[in-house]
This record gives sequence, structure tokens and C-alpha cells, in this order.
Amino acid sequence: MASNPFAHVVTKVSGPPSAVDYGADKLLRGVVWGAAAVILLLVAYIVFELGRQAFPAMLEFGPEFIYSTTWDVQAKQFGILPEIWGTLYSSLLALLLGGILGVAIAIFLTQDFLDHRVSNVFRTIVEMLAAIPSVVYGLWGIYVLIPLIRPGANWLHDTLGWFPFFGTSLSGPGMAPAALVLAVMILPTVAAISVDAFKRVPYKVKEAAYGMGTTRWEAILKVMLPSASSGILAALVLGFGRALGETMALAMLIGNSNQISLSLFAPANTLASLLASSFPEAGPIEVQALMYAAIALLAITLLVNIFGLWIMKAATRKFEGR
Amino acid sequence: MNAIAEAETSQAAAWSVDPKDTVMDCRLQKIFYGDFLAVRNSIVPIEKNKITGFIGPSGCGKSTVLRSLNRMNDLIPIFRFEGSVTYHGQDIYDKSIDPVLVRRYIGMVFQQPNPFSMSIYDNVAFGLRLNRYKGNMDERVEKALRSAALWTEVKDKLKNSGLSLSGGQQQRLCIARAVATEPDVLLMDEPCSALDPIATRQVEELMLELKENYSVALVTHNMQQATRVADTTAFFSVDISQGGRTGYLVEMGETRQVFEDPQAQLTKEYVSGEFS
Repeated sequence: MASNPFAHVVTKVSGPPSAVDYGADKLLRGVVWGAAAVILLLVAYIVFELGRQAFPAMLEFGPEFIYSTTWDVQAKQFGILPEIWGTLYSSLLALLLGGILGVAIAIFLTQDFLDHRVSNVFRTIVEMLAAIPSVVYGLWGIYVLIPLIRPGANWLHDTLGWFPFFGTSLSGPGMAPAALVLAVMILPTVAAISVDAFKRVPYKVKEAAYGMGTTRWEAILKVMLPSASSGILAALVLGFGRALGETMALAMLIGNSNQISLSLFAPANTLASLLASSFPEAGPIEVQALMYAAIALLAITLLVNIFGLWIMKAATRKFEGR
Repeated sequence: MNAIAEAETSQAAAWSVDPKDTVMDCRLQKIFYGDFLAVRNSIVPIEKNKITGFIGPSGCGKSTVLRSLNRMNDLIPIFRFEGSVTYHGQDIYDKSIDPVLVRRYIGMVFQQPNPFSMSIYDNVAFGLRLNRYKGNMDERVEKALRSAALWTEVKDKLKNSGLSLSGGQQQRLCIARAVATEPDVLLMDEPCSALDPIATRQVEELMLELKENYSVALVTHNMQQATRVADTTAFFSVDISQGGRTGYLVEMGETRQVFEDPQAQLTKEYVSGEFS
């Protein structure tokens, strides 16, 4: 306990903090430092353990693992380029769809299109999308979405088949249903964080925009969007990260096929889906290869987050001068 | 007795100006926020190429009246205006008038500096681009920044964000943004309340220059500021007699007359500092 050189000062109410106050202060500090340390240790341990288990595969397959395309357990040939492609392709498509829709919903909910109460109800409904379990999305995709989009997809293939995106027909699971479901899954993340970003824009900025004689469209596009840009970018990065790691719905919808195709209707595979579908029956060598694939997924997610942080910083510097 | 006549009699000395010298004529009967009667019965002409100061105690509605002059209050859903504001012969509260249009002609500087999250240059060019200005943009931006007494401080960092400036610089940036499009009337809502005395002095000098080309309406908390810059002063007070807090115009006249020879007892007490 700190010494008190003012103990002789006569006061009516004011006095030094008690021993209990100091104790609680120390305790709180210990708890929060401890919590932070646990998180760091946990991350370090997960990375270490993954690396340890993947190490034999990393030695054996080397960098070829990343850019070769065969996954053949019998021949002991392992390559994850199709899965890396599928992961990035499905996530980018989902980000494009879910991002545009999510930001549009955020604008709709925050820019006085709706009465406050209605907009709160609407927001709750959008956030409830996040509470639906991944496997339910997968089932919905198989039984509702695929039959729903199949006629349109095949019509596109028949009439515009020369266009690479429509290069194959949709027979069942494939990139398009996977990306559509993924877009719905990241929508609540993107929308909720973008809503907060728009709400953080001070009222005086909105006033300034309308005071210049902007229409609502001009105020939103030219003033509100740049003002909320760092928060919206954060929303997109988080949504993209979620799409990269999403497992169950994709394992059910993407077709688990080791091929690289631009076609939206071709089956494909993702890293997370490969891990989930291969682990249960994997032998010791395949497990090592899968651990290696897990490290690749971890690295991609990490790189995406670093890149996202960098973009956010650049946007903050550009727009807010900080 | 109709409401306008009532307003005239409730003013100690109805201030009348030759219509050809007024750019705006605000004849408001009632301003409501929901059920709350915020301001009543005030006739406030804004004269051409002059600075019209609005003074009065907190809650007297002077800002509300100012913000009614370019329909800024329309952003508040529960706001309701009864009466008329005539601008070049047209009532701006007429149903056929788009508030966006009104604000293109009647610019505004706010109490808190509110630059946009964009570069200093883009802040000033914002209104020019909005109005699809085709001429020399750089020239206009420089002119606006010069007239806001900010040019020398920012000319080497026009690409920096407007938010990187100090509070006083931000406010002058907002003034530059408002005058860049050369609106007809400039409304200033306590533009110096967030500024230190030096920046305040600069903004006051700027106002005196601006009135050569614009008509200015200025809300101020600072009575010395009103005596320094305003040609005409409107004194508002707040009526708490009927359980509400309703503002109204007590007296309006030439600044010197309002401060040295006030007609109403309330004005006398206020300008001599007996209450505030």
C-alpha cells in the first residue's frame, strides 16, 4: 500500500483510498493481464501444435504442396491449390454479394429511411441471420436454394456458355449455391458493423452535408460513406474472414471436387471443407497433410487480416487525417 | 386579431425596413417541436449586405429561428413551422419548394466545426462540385480559403484531411466551404463559440468583409460580438409564463439603438447584464 504523507491533513469527508480499494485495484489489473496472457498463449500454442503435427508433411511435400493440384491418398500425393482457389473464389464472391447487400442494408437502416422503432426491429431480424446454425444453412442450400437456382443457372449455361463464369451446367452442389449461402451468412456481420460505423458519424457532419444543399443521395454517397469508410472496411474484412473459415455449410454445398474452374456452376472445394470432410477417415500421413493444409488456411486468414488492417489504416489516414 | 398583427403589437418597437433593402423576411407565427411551442410571433427581416445579429438568453429560440431560414430544421421530423419566410418574393415554406434548393442559395456555418472526412481541398471544393462548377476549381478554392483567412496556413497541405486541423482552423475551413459557392445569404450559428479570442477576431473581420457581397445573419451568445459586427440586432427572450419555454422576438433595431437606447424593459435588463 502506498504511504500517505498527507495523513495529518484534517478533512471532513475526503481521505486516502482504503487497503481494500488498493487490493481491488491490484486484483483487477491481475485479472485483465491474465486474460490477455491466456489469449496470447492459447494462440501461440495452437500455432505451435499445428506446426508440430504438420512438420513431417512440410518436410516431405515442401512448397509443392501449395501449388500442386492432386489429393490422392493411395498415391501419397497431396496438393491444395484447388482448395486455396476455391476458398478465395467462394469468399470473394460472397464478399461481393454480401458486402454490397450488407452496406446497402446499413444505409437503409441508418439514414432516416425508416422510423427508429421499425429500423431496430429490422436490424434485429438481420442479426438473427447470424444465429442460424451453419448446418441449417447447408440443408437449406441443398433442399431449397439448389433446386431454385438450377433452371436459371442452366439457362445461363445454355445461352451464354462461352462466358467463362457460365462454362458448366449446375448439376447439384457447386460454387454458385455455396457463394450465395456464404453471402447470406456474412451479411449480418457486414450489416451490423456497418450500421455501427454509420451511427458513429456525428450528427453535425450530416447537418453540414444537408446545409451545403445536398440531396439525400449526395449526402449519403459523398459525405456519409467516406466518413464511415474505416468502419465499413472493418466490416468487410471481418465478413471476408468469416467466409474464409466457414466450414459446415460449404462442405455440404460446394461439391468437394478438386478442380480449378472459373465457372460458377462447377463443383469445387475449400480448405475448411477439405479438412472437415477428410479428417474422420484420414490415416496418419493424410492427417499430417491436413495439418499442413490447416496451416495454409491459417496463413491465408492472417494475411487477409493484415491486409485489411493496412487498408483500414490507409483509409483512416486519407479521410480522417489520423 | 390575426397572429401577425398580434406579433407586431407584442414587439416593443416593430422594426420596419424598406422591402427593397431586405433579402429575407421571416414572419413566423409558431414553431413547434412535436407539441412543444418553441418560438412564437416574431418578425425578423434580414437586410441586404448587412449583418443581422440575433441575441438573447439560452433557450430563447434564436438558433431555431436562424435554422428556419434555410429549412435546416426540416431534418428534425417533429419540427413544424407556421408562418412564412419570404426570400426573393417566394415563401420558402411553400409546399412546392424543395428544402435542398433553399440551402443552395442560403448557406450555413454551424456552432461546432464540422468539416467532412476528406482533404482540405475537397472540403472547399465540395459545394463547387455539388453545383457542377465548370470554371477554375483551384482558383475558387484558393479564393475561398483566402477570404476565410486560412490560405497561408494550409496552402502547403491542401491534400491533408480537414480533420487534421485545429478547432479554429476547422471552423475557418467550414466558413471557406460555405462561401466557396458564393451563396446569397450566409447564416452563422454561434460560429465563434468553439474558438479562442484570436480566431474569433479573425472570423469577425471575415464577417465584416463578407457583408460586402453577402447578407449575413449571425446568432451570438456574446453581446460584445454583436456590438462589434452587427448592423442590426434582434433580441429574443423566453416566455415561461404559460408553463412552457417559448421564445419570441422582444425588440429589433439598429445595433447601437438596441444597446444604448433599448425600448423594452427586458432588453434593457439583458444588455446591461442584469440577467442572462
